[in-house]
Amino acid sequence: MNGVLTVARNTLHEAARRRILLATAVFGVIGLALFALGMHFVHREITAHGGVAAVQHRITVSFLVMAGLYAVNFLLIMTAVLVPVDSVSGEIASGVMQTVASKPVRRSEILLGKWLGFSVIVTGYLLLMGGGIVAIGRVITGVATPGLHFGLPLMLLEGLLLMTLSVAGGTRLSTVTNGVVVFGLFGLAFIGGWVEQIGTLAGNDAARTIGTIASLIMPSESLWQLAAYHMQPGVMRELSLTPFSPASVPTPAMVVWAGGYVVAVLALGLIAFRRRAL
Amino acid sequence: MIAARALRKEFGRKVAVAELTLVVAPGEVFGFLGPNGAGKTTSLKMMLGLIRPTSGTATLLGAPLGDRRARARIGFLPEHFRFQDWLTGREMLRFHGRLYGMGGVRLEARIETLLARVHLLEAGEQKLRTYSKGMLQRVGLAQALLNDPALVFLDEPTSGLDPLGRLLVRDLIRELRAAGTAVFLNSHLLGEVEATCDRVAFVKQGRTVHEMRLGEVAADLVVQVELGETTEALVSGMARFGDVVSVNGRRVTLRAKSEAALPEMSRWLVESGAALYRLEASRPSLEQLFVQVMGDDQRPG
Repeated sequence: MNGVLTVARNTLHEAARRRILLATAVFGVIGLALFALGMHFVHREITAHGGVAAVQHRITVSFLVMAGLYAVNFLLIMTAVLVPVDSVSGEIASGVMQTVASKPVRRSEILLGKWLGFSVIVTGYLLLMGGGIVAIGRVITGVATPGLHFGLPLMLLEGLLLMTLSVAGGTRLSTVTNGVVVFGLFGLAFIGGWVEQIGTLAGNDAARTIGTIASLIMPSESLWQLAAYHMQPGVMRELSLTPFSPASVPTPAMVVWAGGYVVAVLALGLIAFRRRAL
Repeated sequence: MIAARALRKEFGRKVAVAELTLVVAPGEVFGFLGPNGAGKTTSLKMMLGLIRPTSGTATLLGAPLGDRRARARIGFLPEHFRFQDWLTGREMLRFHGRLYGMGGVRLEARIETLLARVHLLEAGEQKLRTYSKGMLQRVGLAQALLNDPALVFLDEPTSGLDPLGRLLVRDLIRELRAAGTAVFLNSHLLGEVEATCDRVAFVKQGRTVHEMRLGEVAADLVVQVELGETTEALVSGMARFGDVVSVNGRRVTLRAKSEAALPEMSRWLVESGAALYRLEASRPSLEQLFVQVMGDDQRPG
């Protein structure tokens, strides 16, 4: 356990020293400031001249918040994949890992330490950005985003899923190949998710099945759809008014599948790293 | 310290190490010599548990390869080593010390002692990316000694060091030997090996082909004698002082058993009435021995 914590602390230290955390925080704050400005003007517009009906006001604000969260989701995925993508493969290629792995620590401790460190970064990023978007919406408009207790953990699971793939992939693949594979899987899930939605709306079972298979191969898009489903008002969900209102709502079983997916990928990474010639 | 028997490593169809058998005793400085691609680094990595052997057995400090308790008593400086260059020298040593399970005042004191020993006390707060190659090699050495190891693996430790840096490494190795620490030294610089090692093994195409104590080189004293005339009686008489290797016209080459044989032989030759024109003794250097053991097929080009 001492090895896990030492490596995790070193991972966070590296992110701070290489200004990854600073760059993430600065651009995050700029993004949030822009969002706040946009939200302020939109809110002023829709409340001017007597305003609009409460439901319309709520839908407009929720749409903006969902658009913000959609952008956060995309940035979260980028952060989850890109920050750790070079961590294991880069240290193996440069020889740094030889010195670390010759110490009296298990290789599993090294990998779990890195995973833990990156988990903290992914979680912190989601709290800053996702929490920021939701808080801005609430403060400026007074409209609370529903279902955060479901939505944010689902987004976190999506981030952890992609981060785990990126960390585990580094035990076998070179940095570039690892990045291409993880983003390839994400792209597959993204396309599959839309095929499933359109298939559902069109009543086409074959398209729906293709989407479901894509979600099983890579459940990231399903997790976002389910998170989005929970974080919008019921009226938006029922009427499928926005691109964030899924026609086909992923089942809780998909969440279990995604959780198992994270555990399985991490376990495979641990096995691959244990066998890897350094 | 190290006992390896028939260690073998294959990468697909390529045999990197065919059969490695060697023993390193406590407190011994052991040189591991061979040309590029002979399997030296792969052998070392197998012993450190970084690569799994395809077959064979070995123990390190009495434990099987990869044992964590044994690794806690081992130091390692890899060839072309790299550390996280965003860390300062002190931070890097602190990180590696923690991986050894060290901490607190004991670790900090050890870091300061080692930084002073490798002349990097002033540079301890600089980031490693600002270090010269020699400074990196020295801080790497400090890293290999953090845990006061019983056995240290040094893979080309003087690579990139200037003459003073090499002298430092040589002194450090001597200090380690005096403290009873065994050193496994991989080096191309045969002069360094000759100056520091007790015993060497030559590895060729993944096999240990020759092992010797460096003191044994003295036994290979080669003597060239030039006489006015070489008779059968003179040659057989000279055989008392060493093994006659060749007789070529007026020249006789033999391997003397010791330096003491030289004045005795010259006296005997003169008393026997031989005309002695030249008597020249030389010891083959480790480099000459290396070339001899490796053979011409190992020369590049």
